[in-house]
Amino acid sequence: MLMNLFKFKGGVKPPTNKTQSTGLPIASTPLPSRLVVPLHQSIGGMPNPVVKAGDKVLKGQLIGEADGWISAAVHAPTSGTVVEVAMHVQPHPSGLDALCVVIEPDGKDEWIAREPVDYKSLKPEEVRERLQQAGVVGLGGAVFPTHGKLRPAKTVPMEELVINGAECEPFITCDDLLMRERAEEVVRGIGIFRDLLQPQKVLIGIEDNKPEAAAAMRAAVDALNEPFLVVQVPTLYPAGGAKQLIRVLTGKEVPASKRSTDLGVQCFNVATAYTAWRAIAHGEPVISRLVTVTGNVHAPRNYEVLIGTPMDELLKLAIPHPDTDGIIMGGPMMGFLVPDMHVPVIKATNCLIAHDDRLFPPKPPEMPCIRCGACAEACPHELQPFEMYWFSRAKNFGKTQEYNIFDCIECGCCAFVCPSRIPLVQYFRFAKSEIWAREREKNAAEGAKARFEFKQLRDEREKAEKAEKLAKAAAAQAAKKAAEAAEAAAAPAAPAAPVAPGGDGLPGAVDPEKAAKMATIQAAMERAKAQREAAQPKNTETLTAEQQRAVDEIEARRVVFEANPEQAATPASEKTE
Amino acid sequence: MMFAPAPYVLKDVSVSQVMTQVCLALVPGIAAYAWLVGPAILVQLAIASAAALGAESLMLKIRGKPQAMFLSDGSAIVTAWLIALAFPPLAPWWLVVLGTVFAIVVAKHLYGGLGQNPFNPAMVAFAVCIVSFPALMSQWPSVGLQVSLNEQIKVILGLAPRLDALSGATPLDALKTALKLGEANIDVSQLLANQDIFGNFAGRGWEWVAGSYLLGGLWLWQRKIITWHIPVAFIGALSLISGALWLYSPAQFASPLFHMLSGGAMLGAFFIATDPVSGCTTPRGKLIFGAGAGLLAYIIRVFGGYPDGVAFAVLLMNLCAPLIDLLSQPPIFGMKEKT
Repeated sequence: MLMNLFKFKGGVKPPTNKTQSTGLPIASTPLPSRLVVPLHQSIGGMPNPVVKAGDKVLKGQLIGEADGWISAAVHAPTSGTVVEVAMHVQPHPSGLDALCVVIEPDGKDEWIAREPVDYKSLKPEEVRERLQQAGVVGLGGAVFPTHGKLRPAKTVPMEELVINGAECEPFITCDDLLMRERAEEVVRGIGIFRDLLQPQKVLIGIEDNKPEAAAAMRAAVDALNEPFLVVQVPTLYPAGGAKQLIRVLTGKEVPASKRSTDLGVQCFNVATAYTAWRAIAHGEPVISRLVTVTGNVHAPRNYEVLIGTPMDELLKLAIPHPDTDGIIMGGPMMGFLVPDMHVPVIKATNCLIAHDDRLFPPKPPEMPCIRCGACAEACPHELQPFEMYWFSRAKNFGKTQEYNIFDCIECGCCAFVCPSRIPLVQYFRFAKSEIWAREREKNAAEGAKARFEFKQLRDEREKAEKAEKLAKAAAAQAAKKAAEAAEAAAAPAAPAAPVAPGGDGLPGAVDPEKAAKMATIQAAMERAKAQREAAQPKNTETLTAEQQRAVDEIEARRVVFEANPEQAATPASEKTE
Repeated sequence: MMFAPAPYVLKDVSVSQVMTQVCLALVPGIAAYAWLVGPAILVQLAIASAAALGAESLMLKIRGKPQAMFLSDGSAIVTAWLIALAFPPLAPWWLVVLGTVFAIVVAKHLYGGLGQNPFNPAMVAFAVCIVSFPALMSQWPSVGLQVSLNEQIKVILGLAPRLDALSGATPLDALKTALKLGEANIDVSQLLANQDIFGNFAGRGWEWVAGSYLLGGLWLWQRKIITWHIPVAFIGALSLISGALWLYSPAQFASPLFHMLSGGAMLGAFFIATDPVSGCTTPRGKLIFGAGAGLLAYIIRVFGGYPDGVAFAVLLMNLCAPLIDLLSQPPIFGMKEKT
């Protein structure tokens, strides 16, 4: 099948190291001793736990309910007992904890009642709903809820549906094995996506180092009589990046500022198509995935692994060599060393690489940048990494944005080719997170300001209303008193003298009225003042810990400064340089 | 180790590999130089290298930087070699040392060391020395000179008197002076017929040295240490302006070929203007930088007071490099169509 392929600029060719793990077929794994299933396994809202400690769950039972549209449900990977719903370390470079449902398997692996349906009998909305409920997310690593990507743009016709089987990262072969062994179900899953998006053509991109997978996919496409094109693309990292594959297959370039559907193209991973088919046609939610276990192990291969399986238990199956000192989740270009060997396999876990210094020698020390430009030539997004590095290092984050730091996909090509061994991606992540943090702070401050201003406005209004009400009441009272006075004046037996000792009759009759009115107004004003004071400190209530620290520091400096202005001024000015 | 960020595999490249390849690419030029002009250049290279490493080590110590890592990066050697090749081959040793130390201490380390210098250190050395010692920097031996290596070393070390025969002018300078003296009565082609100074294309002997630099430069390009932009733009601009003036008046102006193979043109185009630290980095920026340097080099060498213009041309373009880079940023992925 001949078609015109496009090229993306840059890219690198690290050693692929894929053959080690493709020799053996996909293996199943024994039930682990316990499963730690994080609730937040997709982009978007964090699912709410619907089970509690002590609950019995069945395989495939809902344990976390999707929170909002961009969120996907989470399910029990096997039958057993919920031991706890608690915070556990996540497979994330931060090493932070997140809420997990911990399940002790009962060994029966008993399914819930599954509801296989023919998706053609469902409305598109119902298919999307089912995919969300089944926890189907992008298994290429981004874990974006799939149903959220299955709505064509309203204004742009959907031209191409790109299916990503490129798998460009070294070591990883789980998509390769999936396509080799389960091509038919992958193609059926692609059929669901095609029917929902109605693209003009469907292009399945596979790097040309996987001829077996491409052949299997072609055979499946032919057997199912689908018009999909299986295209072998040149092996060049990162050809499996969604934007790069879209470029190679369609010639379209999707910038960071746009969605691919704005350009009439959408992209899914082959494993996502497979899980979508299992979810709809078999009623099986996403409770397992294929994981390549490779690197410094005796028997590298691919396993079908339950979500929540502790990584060290999985690694043991491949018999790691004794000098293994860590686990890389993902590939060597974009993966990360997990903070703890016990962290669970999650939906984003495509590969575990046993780490040792022989396979991955420690990096030589970082040298200064010599602006050789190798990074710019390797960058698939045609950025200027050395300029972004320069400004990230100087914490001149505005400038990094001028150099389009948010178009960086963190593929690592720049760091791979850098002769000065600068961990460039690390600098860019730092800059991005700083920019996000500042943005959040700014938004929080603006929110607090807006809330404070609204509160002030409301207080003013309430005060005005109250004053008006009081004035009315006072006027009514005055009218009443005047009427009474008139009545009293009419009756000669009631003298006004005791009420107003210092004056004549007429002013004496008015004075108590005035005094009463004044007292009421005074009281109202005091109440308003008290309310205002209660409202004033609001803008310091929502401070973050950092802001509070900054305020405290300023306060401390002020105390010092007031005590000794000469000395206190010096360190402050030094600090700003 | 547990916190090391991705990527975990790196290409087998390093700063010292880059610098070593630059040095290797200079070897053909050096060989031709030593063979055709005089082996004294080898002595100058050794003197400059020693001075550069000494100055580098001293500055690293003062700045509290690791010695081994930076001394072995090879950048000081590249600077030293470029200085030795740009200076007259029989320049006194102290002049070479002075230039090299100035380059390393002032032009490199006072600006922050490797990767931070806004100006090409070797060209700063050349500019400082030609301004301060114009006579010494303009004394070039004639190529056919029969003086033993021993004698040459004695001259360099100041143990022998600086004979008049050892201190001629460069072919470029000779041509310029002769044209000035002869006013309108002398033709370039008549001057070039003087076989003592001139060879088939340019300066006798020097033309082959320049050709060898070109060879080394092409190898650097093939090794992807440099891109084609700067050398092509430099040589292109130089040929264009020299060609235009040559066509306008062949009697007054030498041919583009003469200019390409004279003075520091080839060394400058492939080894000096391509210095990434002080030059431009974007593709369009490199073209502007190279063309500007070629153009200025011609103007200075033909109409200016100095025997060659490459050093000043490169320094002037170094000044403009940040601005050119800023204004020549290429469009990024997905942002190429103007909307």
